[in-house]
Amino acid sequence: MGQTALIMLGVGVFAGIAGAILGIGGGMIITPILTLGMGLNIKYAIGASIIAVIATSSGSTIAYLRDNVLNLRVAMFLEIATTIGAIVGALLTGVLDPKYLYLLFGCLLVFSSWNMYRKLRRGQEVLHRVEPDKIATKLKLNGSYYDKAEMKDVDYQVENVPAGFSVMFGAGVASGLLGIGSGAFKVMAMDTFMKMPLKPSSSTSNLMMGVTAAASATVYFFNGSILPTIAVPMALGILVGAVLGSRIMQILPSRWIRIVFIPVLLYIGGQMVFKGLGVHF
Amino acid sequence: MTEKPATAQEMAQVETIIGRILQVGVIFSAIVMAIGLVMFLATGHSGYPGTTMPLSMGAILLGTWQLKPFAIMMLGVYCLILTPVLRVVVSIYAFYKEKDHLYVAITTTVLIILIIALVIGVYGK
Repeated sequence: MGQTALIMLGVGVFAGIAGAILGIGGGMIITPILTLGMGLNIKYAIGASIIAVIATSSGSTIAYLRDNVLNLRVAMFLEIATTIGAIVGALLTGVLDPKYLYLLFGCLLVFSSWNMYRKLRRGQEVLHRVEPDKIATKLKLNGSYYDKAEMKDVDYQVENVPAGFSVMFGAGVASGLLGIGSGAFKVMAMDTFMKMPLKPSSSTSNLMMGVTAAASATVYFFNGSILPTIAVPMALGILVGAVLGSRIMQILPSRWIRIVFIPVLLYIGGQMVFKGLGVHF
Repeated sequence: MTEKPATAQEMAQVETIIGRILQVGVIFSAIVMAIGLVMFLATGHSGYPGTTMPLSMGAILLGTWQLKPFAIMMLGVYCLILTPVLRVVVSIYAFYKEKDHLYVAITTTVLIILIIALVIGVYGK
């Protein structure tokens, strides 16, 4: 029993670090370890994963808020889209064949990783246009963050707010319908569509994920999907990992984070496309 | 962009308040979870027969009062789940204090949607 707790603590620290740096929540890392590695029922894995998302979000957000990296207004504004999406997704369960959604979102992620690769090749993290976006200005979404790797304040503009809002809505639908933490989509919406730099995108995604996950977590909590022996040591590990990860992320050059992110996106995207096509491993 | 310095300062204030609330919530739930876990590992039993665990708020609170490890662990998890919701509530207040009415409206909308989601989640099954 003590051994399981120690393993879960370790898994948690690892998932927390990775989740905080990439802004994708722990679910993607935790679910395969729990189901494939430890033979746990998928029901309990989902319960653990939703707790993982909340722990990563809350743990890392503390550091990001203090160090002024995340964009609170962007988070609040886009949360409208994700939460409505999540409700629509939950209501659509059983009506819509998830197959098509897996295909659609898988393709979107693969497209997004291609976009990130182009951004990496161009080597230009921050976009400045002569004419600031009207909606972004009106909603006061443009921001700045202190980049600890470059040791300077970076101002950035936000663009394509309606497109980002739509993708966020889709991300909400996906998390409601497919039961996935949609951090990868959130980062994609901000980075690829709204042209935000990667660090504020990732930390803002972390903040938003906690709220989206909390809505469904209560359901899992009361229907017995959350095993205290698994969830508690894991959550404790993640809180430590997320605090560490949020520190590490800020001193990493954005370029490196992108280099890690692109294969992760390709992996999740590919997995979803295969799932949509009905290929099982 | 003349109002930018004021906005930046205002945001810093809002962020400090929210950060503090998050910190308190996270540390509190971590302590509760840790106490439960240590008790469970030390005593070797959960306080409940077989693989059962407390699943209603009443059972969890009663079990915590009786110092049952599983109940304390579940209470800690529940506090952790509530932290992001609390964050949204505090954000409304923080934006209100900064007189940013647009964002008071936006954040209140998020909270209402969240509550609707919770209700659908609990009763929809």
